Amino acid sequence: MSAALTSAPFERTPSDALLSIRKVEKQFAKRPVLRSISLEVASGEFLTILGESGSGKTTLLRLIAGFEQLDGGEIWMGGERLDEIPAYRRQVNTVFQSYAIFPHLSVFENVAYGLRAKGAPRNEIPSRVTQALAMVKMSEFERSAPSRLSGGQQQRVALARALVNRPRVLLLDEPLSALDANLRRQMQIELKSLQREVGITFIFVTHDQEEAMALSDRIALLRAGGLEQVAEPREIYGRPKTAYAAQFIGQTNLLRAEVREGSASAGPIAWPAAGPSGPATFSLRPESIRLASNSQPPAASGATAHFQGQIKNQTFGGAMDLLEIDCGNSCLIRARVPSPGSLSGQQKFEFNTGDAVRVLESGGT
Amino acid sequence: MYSRGYKSAVTIPPLLWVTFFLLVPYAILFCYSFWSVSSLQTIVHNWNLQNYAQLFRNPLYLTVLLRSIRIAGAVTLLALLLGYPLAYYLSFHAAKRKDLLYQLVIIPLWASYLVRGYAWKTILGSDGVLNGFLQYLHITHRPVEFFLYSPFAVILTLTHIYTPFTFLPIYASLEHVPRNLVEASHDLGASPFSTFLHVILPLSLPGILAGATFAFVLTLGDFLAPLLVGGPSGIMISNIVVSLFGAAYNWPLGAAISFCMLLLVVTLLFATERLEKRFTIS
Repeated sequence: MSAALTSAPFERTPSDALLSIRKVEKQFAKRPVLRSISLEVASGEFLTILGESGSGKTTLLRLIAGFEQLDGGEIWMGGERLDEIPAYRRQVNTVFQSYAIFPHLSVFENVAYGLRAKGAPRNEIPSRVTQALAMVKMSEFERSAPSRLSGGQQQRVALARALVNRPRVLLLDEPLSALDANLRRQMQIELKSLQREVGITFIFVTHDQEEAMALSDRIALLRAGGLEQVAEPREIYGRPKTAYAAQFIGQTNLLRAEVREGSASAGPIAWPAAGPSGPATFSLRPESIRLASNSQPPAASGATAHFQGQIKNQTFGGAMDLLEIDCGNSCLIRARVPSPGSLSGQQKFEFNTGDAVRVLESGGT
Repeated sequence: MYSRGYKSAVTIPPLLWVTFFLLVPYAILFCYSFWSVSSLQTIVHNWNLQNYAQLFRNPLYLTVLLRSIRIAGAVTLLALLLGYPLAYYLSFHAAKRKDLLYQLVIIPLWASYLVRGYAWKTILGSDGVLNGFLQYLHITHRPVEFFLYSPFAVILTLTHIYTPFTFLPIYASLEHVPRNLVEASHDLGASPFSTFLHVILPLSLPGILAGATFAFVLTLGDFLAPLLVGGPSGIMISNIVVSLFGAAYNWPLGAAISFCMLLLVVTLLFATERLEKRFTIS
């Protein structure tokens, strides 16, 4: 099913971990912001750090860049302690959320800044800058002052300014959040193809789960300073480990069920389920639920579960409608089904039992 | 939109103020500069350019003017050399001590200018604190006279008095340097020193210009410090103006010098303002 069966375009073996974050701790004014974060990032990977605001994702990025000091743990890059090197000696570049383009320098000089700072051969600089600007389609603005550029254009300059240094890791701090929706989608596509083209490891911070799923090889979901789950997008969506992960990434129904003798029941809904007995939470995606035909009797198969309920609300969504189903006992289920026309009254529904994923109820780790 | 009554209520008072307290006095000053003093010590309204001619003919005025410019230049340089590092430290590295240090820099501005002038007189004089200290340490055996009543004393006193005026605009411009630009510079591989040279310094140029203008213009027109600690060799152009309007009773010549000074300062202000605009980036 939607579980992680499709292979990502990118293959990983443990040996090519480029960046290794080990038990990293960070506090601000004695308040923990990051708690024992451990994460390996492979060479050439597109990793997204996803989390809501205040989850510590930007802090983690700033620790890798060297703008903040660790309060515990270590960061390694390619067999070298990274966290003991000052920011300006790290082979890491950042694309800032606010772009941080130098206002007193031309676009060309902005892009050349890193090359000059690192003492690149003088005759190499113009061609490398031109090449970097061409890569982000900003060649014609080479001589412009940054104040005359739009947000999207400044974004591109920021990207060129970072990539021209050929960093081993590129850090991107919500780089698309200030762009409007259309430009944002376009930049997502460009960013992804750019990353494939240059083969540089990208660590991308965002609070937008759709963006994370569209771009990433892997997603590291951060919650209140702790890692909730690190997995490929398909896996984290299809096999969320926790109720929080299931809710944060996509929409879901959380079924608080009782498991007994290989069978789970949540109110009027029952389905076969493995695992230890006792109370358990299951995540069931709205799109996993199908309308069952009324005439056909429920097939006595273990692979599908059936339930019925009253249609409380139907929201037309073009191809897919969102249904709110009242199954009684204050059990409200949301289903997303191919637009069936107008529905009302009692309806029968079914879902594949494998789609009800047992998750951990996490009360903040 | 605003009513006519409101508009005139906000525009007329300042216009009146500017007219009666600035434009009219300047006009009177301008007229005086073309008149002359008769042998009977009265001012006669015979229009001529004698006063201006005398400015260039009598080497005294040019010498004193050049000395004033040199002193103003020295004070400006010293105020920048003291004010900039102070402002830089406060803005970038003082952290928790920032507010306290800022107040400490500002507090002297609340004390009377005259008090600070006298303080230096007390420190530099032959029975002064400095001489007492040097003799106590047996570095000198009799009072050193040249501390007081010299251009050096004027420069020292005025540097002390005007450094806060230089500090303030520099500090303001440093506070406006976006911190993420500093981070971006480090991120791109520039060392702290290189970052200072290529990002912080250029972005604080408007503040440097404003601060330098303060120190230069205020020093150029100063007459109290030379009076208190300058002595004959520390006389500045304003002292001459003061004496021409006073004991010497030659208002026309005093007006001519004042008008030249006014022209000089206004030109300077225009020039620095244009430069500031060029370096200020929106």
